[in-house]
Amino acid sequence: MTQLASISSNLLFVSFVCYLVATLFFGGAVKGTKTESSTSEKRWGRIGIIITIVGFITNLGYFVTRWIAAGHAPVSNLFEFTTAFGMMVVGSFILIYFLYKTPLLGLFALPIAIVIIGFASMFPTDINPLIPALKSYWLTVHVITAALGESILAMSAVAGLIYLTKNIDLTKKSKQRFWLEAVMFTLVVVIGFVASTTTFKVMDYEASFNYVDKEEQTAEITYNVPPLFGMNEYEALTPGTMTPLAETPPIVNAKKLTTVAWSFIFGSVLYGLIRLIIRKPIAAVLQPLAKKANSQLMDEIGYRAVLIGFPVFTLGALIFAMIWAHEAWSRFWGWDPKEVWALITWLFYAAFLHLRLSKGWQGEKSAWLAVIGFIIIMFNLIAVNLILAGLHSYA
Amino acid sequence: MNNIICVCGHENPEGTVLCGSCGRPLTEEAENQKLVDMRYEGTARRSQTFNKSIVDKIWNFFSSVKIGVSLIIIILVAAAIGTILPQVLYVPATGAEDIAAYYERVYGTFGKLYYELGLSDLYGSWWFQTLIGMLGISLIVASLDRVIPLYKSLKKQRTRRHESFMKRQRIFGLGENQLGEDTWTKSEEKLKELHYHVKREDGAILGEKGRFSRWGPYINHLGLIIFLFGVMLRALPGFYVDETMWIREGETRAIPETPGYYLKSEEFILETYDKEQAGEVFEEAIDRVGTIASNYQTDVVLYKKPEDALPGQTDKLEEVKKDSIQVNHPLKFEGFSVFQMDFRLDELRAMHFNLSNKASGESLGEISIDLVDPEKSYDLGNGSKVELLGYYPDFSGFENGEPQTKSPVPNNPAFLVKMTTPETPDGETSFVAIKQTVEPLGDNAYKLEFQNVETRDISGLTVRKDKTLWILALGGLIFMIGVAQGSYWNHRRIWIHETKEGRLAVAAHTNKNWLSVKKDLDAVTEVAGLPPYTDQHDLEASEEKKDGEKSS
Repeated sequence: MTQLASISSNLLFVSFVCYLVATLFFGGAVKGTKTESSTSEKRWGRIGIIITIVGFITNLGYFVTRWIAAGHAPVSNLFEFTTAFGMMVVGSFILIYFLYKTPLLGLFALPIAIVIIGFASMFPTDINPLIPALKSYWLTVHVITAALGESILAMSAVAGLIYLTKNIDLTKKSKQRFWLEAVMFTLVVVIGFVASTTTFKVMDYEASFNYVDKEEQTAEITYNVPPLFGMNEYEALTPGTMTPLAETPPIVNAKKLTTVAWSFIFGSVLYGLIRLIIRKPIAAVLQPLAKKANSQLMDEIGYRAVLIGFPVFTLGALIFAMIWAHEAWSRFWGWDPKEVWALITWLFYAAFLHLRLSKGWQGEKSAWLAVIGFIIIMFNLIAVNLILAGLHSYA
Repeated sequence: MNNIICVCGHENPEGTVLCGSCGRPLTEEAENQKLVDMRYEGTARRSQTFNKSIVDKIWNFFSSVKIGVSLIIIILVAAAIGTILPQVLYVPATGAEDIAAYYERVYGTFGKLYYELGLSDLYGSWWFQTLIGMLGISLIVASLDRVIPLYKSLKKQRTRRHESFMKRQRIFGLGENQLGEDTWTKSEEKLKELHYHVKREDGAILGEKGRFSRWGPYINHLGLIIFLFGVMLRALPGFYVDETMWIREGETRAIPETPGYYLKSEEFILETYDKEQAGEVFEEAIDRVGTIASNYQTDVVLYKKPEDALPGQTDKLEEVKKDSIQVNHPLKFEGFSVFQMDFRLDELRAMHFNLSNKASGESLGEISIDLVDPEKSYDLGNGSKVELLGYYPDFSGFENGEPQTKSPVPNNPAFLVKMTTPETPDGETSFVAIKQTVEPLGDNAYKLEFQNVETRDISGLTVRKDKTLWILALGGLIFMIGVAQGSYWNHRRIWIHETKEGRLAVAAHTNKNWLSVKKDLDAVTEVAGLPPYTDQHDLEASEEKKDGEKSS
């Protein structure tokens, strides 16, 4: 790795730490104040946002230095794209913060950005040269605009999450309570993914297998986590590693399934520990903090974020995408899974806007929709690349 | 038609909820509401007014936002189902039978079901396209149903609104006039400073800003309609060409669907990243992945057949240009684009053999057999010749002693030859393939020894013409303008007026972004001494205000 590239990864680490610290300050700003405009909230909030901005600048530093080192915009594989997305989530938060001056938003937005960046760094982080299909300035234009749009839309989910945490009655059993806690659990599972991957990476775990793929060809695969599931007709090549508990049919990629399983195992254990310590649902711990929020304002922020993000998303993820697809693949639209899911995201937010405008879906319904929208975005980011193979599977 | 005449004297069309002029609620329902429903300004919409004829019913169906949103959700879910398994287009099989077999073989019973339900070609199915068509109709009808009355209403609005309209606004305040006449001048000045258009009459002010943002949704719908229209046009002949061609190095071929254009492939180039040249930064990635391609390119010459050439005559082609077609850099001419899409490396082109004496090893010379167009006989010049009795381009074995070929593609060429030399004037027969020689008629004195092969690459190119592109681009542009207009600007109005009792009433409305309209109103309130207002929708804030007052 060149010097510039190592400076770049150090900057990313610094920004990661900044976001962690800033989260604590935003927590301090929200905690213990009675009215919204107390001086202590202002002070802590100000320190929080300053650290966030410092983190964002170093994050930009990572982006620019990596760009210079690679000679192309660092958005060409899953690590680079997801990291850029995390950075833009922070950028969007800063934008919304200055529009609405709400430290509480930081308390929810920054942890999400932290989880996203942590998730990203589990993928191969080396700088790769561009394959022919990506050699175009549209890579820069299309990917950055699309990620920016998605990150602004994500702010709507953050506001929605705060709204729900505040307004759902957590003392009684209800569907709402269950699903809100399910969202929290999902976040813990993502942390579980980071924890399990890191643990086995530190242990240098490796197990290779021969298997027969769905085209009935023999292939080799290397697991970096203990193989819970074995590939179709697998045959172990590394002695002394665990025997898979089950064999999967050829269309299932057992390696990915195993990674998911480990994420759930680590995530569940982690979640169990958290529950043991706090002795109530995670949402219930966050609720007193969220109580400080003004519901009407959160609703407004949620809506405003969609209004700002939707045109940017359309431009980046559909229009620029179509122009580039026409240049590279000879057609502007080809029903490739990534394209379809971008369309689905777009249709979903279009439905959101219409429901809000004409059917008066505000408050809780709107907040749920914003959270679902974010889930769709994350599905397109992660699952479509990893599960539904298509033209966009670069990483 | 029964027009409704409001108390203020304004005549409103049937179905109006709020008087277009003064804003009085005209229906019992509106009168009972705490806050008026400001959507479409309470105008009479066709869909809400008529429901008799079949046309009314169809109109009402498509004008409903509920139906529109339902269509969006159905399309969304269908689109998602289409991504569960790869669509037919991305499956490595052709022909209905092969494709069906592929789905069953690879994805089992689920795959078979998926194929048989037609989900494997979901986006091309009649029902999916019908859904898109219905959404298009919904876009047109729903927009027309709303935009026309909205336009009329905003044009006609009066400066002074009725008190019942004012107090049913989300933001409303009532109080004493502290500054007397001054309040009007100061409000007007401040509103103008904030870029509001101000209308003033005796004891009433209307400040309005960003009305054009109200047209945003209709403009973006127009863009979508144009886009969908462009997509529909592609079904008509002449608007859209989509062909593939395979071209070998050195070959000249007619470009399908073009008026007399020919393409010659000079060379296909495949380049990969080299660790030394690509730079140190990429070292780890190249080590991890192995080979990473850096370029797929076909160097071509574009020719055009002269106008006066006979059909099929290709010897007088005129060169148009030389170009290198790369991924992301198609060859463009006369509205056509030719894209680098695929390639096959090392198709066998020619084979070299050596005719030699088995015993002495003496060579009588070499021959080269062109695998696409082999000659019947090769004369070595010294009284020896090799005759081709049979050519099997894709040799697959013997059947009843006869050599067989699987296909006409030279994947595994084999020959039945007759070798004649001065020593063996009657000729010897031999069957020659790569690394295999069979002598069917006993021991020969001479053999045709395989030396090496010449290969060439084939480029897979896509030829495309799309005359609808500018329509699609126009649709996209109009959509973006509309969506930005509706999202980044908002329509704000502030009403100030004097009540009969001589007090001041203020009200404000915006279609979105309430924070900003409140800020604007705060600024006006400060200079013009307007009464304090409440956000009648935000009960928490008003409670907090009360709490604050109590504690202070």
